[in-house]
Amino acid sequence: MLKTYNYPQFEYRTPPEIASGQTLKVPVVVVGAGPVGLAAALDLQLQGVPVLVLDEDDTVSIGSRGVCYAKRALEILDRYGVGDAVCSKGVSWNVGRTFFREQEVYNFNLVPDPDYHRPGMVNLQQYYLEEYMAAAAASRPDIELRWKNKVAAVAQSGKTVTLEVETGDGFYSVETDWLIAADGARSPIRRMLGLEIEGKVFMDRFLIADVLMKADFPAERWFWFDPPFHPGQSVLLHKQTDSVFRIDFQLGWDADPEEAKKPENVVPRIKAMLGDEREFELEWVSVYTFQCRRMGSFNHGRVLFAGDAAHQVSPFGARGANSGLQDADNLGWKLKLVIDGKAPAALLDSYTEERVFAADENLMNSTRSTDFITPKSKVSRTFRNAVLGLAKDHAFGRALVNSGRLSVPAFLTASSLNTPDCAQDIFAGRMLPGAPMDDAPVLDKGDDAWLLDKVGHRFFVLYFADDPNALDGTTIAALSNLSSGGIAVQPLVISRQPGTVKGDIPHLEDLRGVAAGRYDAKHGTVYLLRPDQHVAARWRTFDAARVRAAVARATCNL
Amino acid sequence: MALNLNPNFSEAGKRYFNAYSPGDDFYEMLIGTHRDLSDEQSELLNARLILLLANHIGDIDTLRQALTLAREGI
Repeated sequence: MLKTYNYPQFEYRTPPEIASGQTLKVPVVVVGAGPVGLAAALDLQLQGVPVLVLDEDDTVSIGSRGVCYAKRALEILDRYGVGDAVCSKGVSWNVGRTFFREQEVYNFNLVPDPDYHRPGMVNLQQYYLEEYMAAAAASRPDIELRWKNKVAAVAQSGKTVTLEVETGDGFYSVETDWLIAADGARSPIRRMLGLEIEGKVFMDRFLIADVLMKADFPAERWFWFDPPFHPGQSVLLHKQTDSVFRIDFQLGWDADPEEAKKPENVVPRIKAMLGDEREFELEWVSVYTFQCRRMGSFNHGRVLFAGDAAHQVSPFGARGANSGLQDADNLGWKLKLVIDGKAPAALLDSYTEERVFAADENLMNSTRSTDFITPKSKVSRTFRNAVLGLAKDHAFGRALVNSGRLSVPAFLTASSLNTPDCAQDIFAGRMLPGAPMDDAPVLDKGDDAWLLDKVGHRFFVLYFADDPNALDGTTIAALSNLSSGGIAVQPLVISRQPGTVKGDIPHLEDLRGVAAGRYDAKHGTVYLLRPDQHVAARWRTFDAARVRAAVARATCNL
Repeated sequence: MALNLNPNFSEAGKRYFNAYSPGDDFYEMLIGTHRDLSDEQSELLNARLILLLANHIGDIDTLRQALTLAREGI
């Protein structure tokens, strides 16, 4: 029981199949109603696919787990309709400070650039995120949430996945065309299917304390190497919502986890850090170890793995839940196209291709952070301390200080779904094919709006224009035509000058030129955008046939 | 030549989306090169590495600045 939070208890209802004895047949089952499973359900619901979600529990995440949600994750949550709830409840922050012994040696600002809707990071206890996502899912038609429904057996045969589901009232069977396993690091689905996940355990232990206190610390991430109050180890402090501060104390591998989490041992550590006079209460204490590992492939026939079930990283960098949400973002539209027969099943191989690439980037960065924070040898510690010593005075040293490289989305530049730039089309900036889209402030019919709120869920062709009034009828007709056909492409004009576009093509104004700057756009520049807000292709001039070909490539229809 | 104290790592043909990536690439290689060595072997490796890099830099004035800064922090 927490002082600041009451865990909701979701209602269990006896599944009608138990009395009827009938097998339930559904197109998609998601196993696991954590952030990733709920994201997958919300994504598919937006795509118009009905989803059954099974979870063995009937509440949200217990205790102190995920904390930091990065800009890209917040943008995805915006697409699912829960971004505002998370951002208004959470603590926004951009600045991180790193201390070595008693001195600050380095700080970073995650969003040095203004004009983004979402901040670099929002801190929010995971149970709030799950509560908001579960409420959103429960409110949507076509999502059925079944709590206290545990998958006891899973089998795959041809085009069907069969589940035996256990409840307090007995068992029933489910047949589904597709199964999304978002059932966490220990993934029972993965185990029952006999699939491997490879990697390593890190030989270290960390004490987590959630501390309730009145403190006017700024909303920043503070990280200490070898502080006087916890010598030889690292400490991380995050401000969460409800005046709850999350503190991670590195303990070393030899620490006894049961001893370490006893209040009589925890309280002195915190007092040493905060000073004897500050009053606080303990909300939560636990000790964790972590693993860095991933599955070889995230799709196995009709079973698709997402989040921790597919890949696990060290917590330094907040790359767990953030990357899991990006898995759902990547998967929903692909599965929809395959279900509708508009794309071959090979499109789901690109889910593995792209998310393995991202997982490897996350594993690499979080492993590097871990190796810097927890040196494995004397020479490694010497180099680490040398970097920290040089960082105080020299910029090059500061760039090497690694207290966690915080979650940023992977640039899927090597994806087979991308159409490479034409040789004659020269672009500056970083919105190259495979890039996650940069947001920008725009005007929509005179009202302030954000570019990312205006695209997504389906393919868009973004046409940059100077004067919207000057767009000719041929171009407008060709843009409009893209919205019909097998895979619809929604045209959207974005103009530097105010005005109107003839016909009924949606239109945004970019009067300050922020979008044009970020996308290095000139009059006539065209971007093809994927349903998950990634750049698929771009050109300096519009040619509908090239757009069609790029859509075909992005959907494995080439 | 003035000693460059700004971040200066990069690899030809590689595009970086985060400023920390090239430095982290180097640091991982550096620590990886020491893997499975004894402390004495690591010390020798570091000496050899300094000599190789010093010869590559060559300019005695630059090296003098680096040596001075390195010593000042001890």
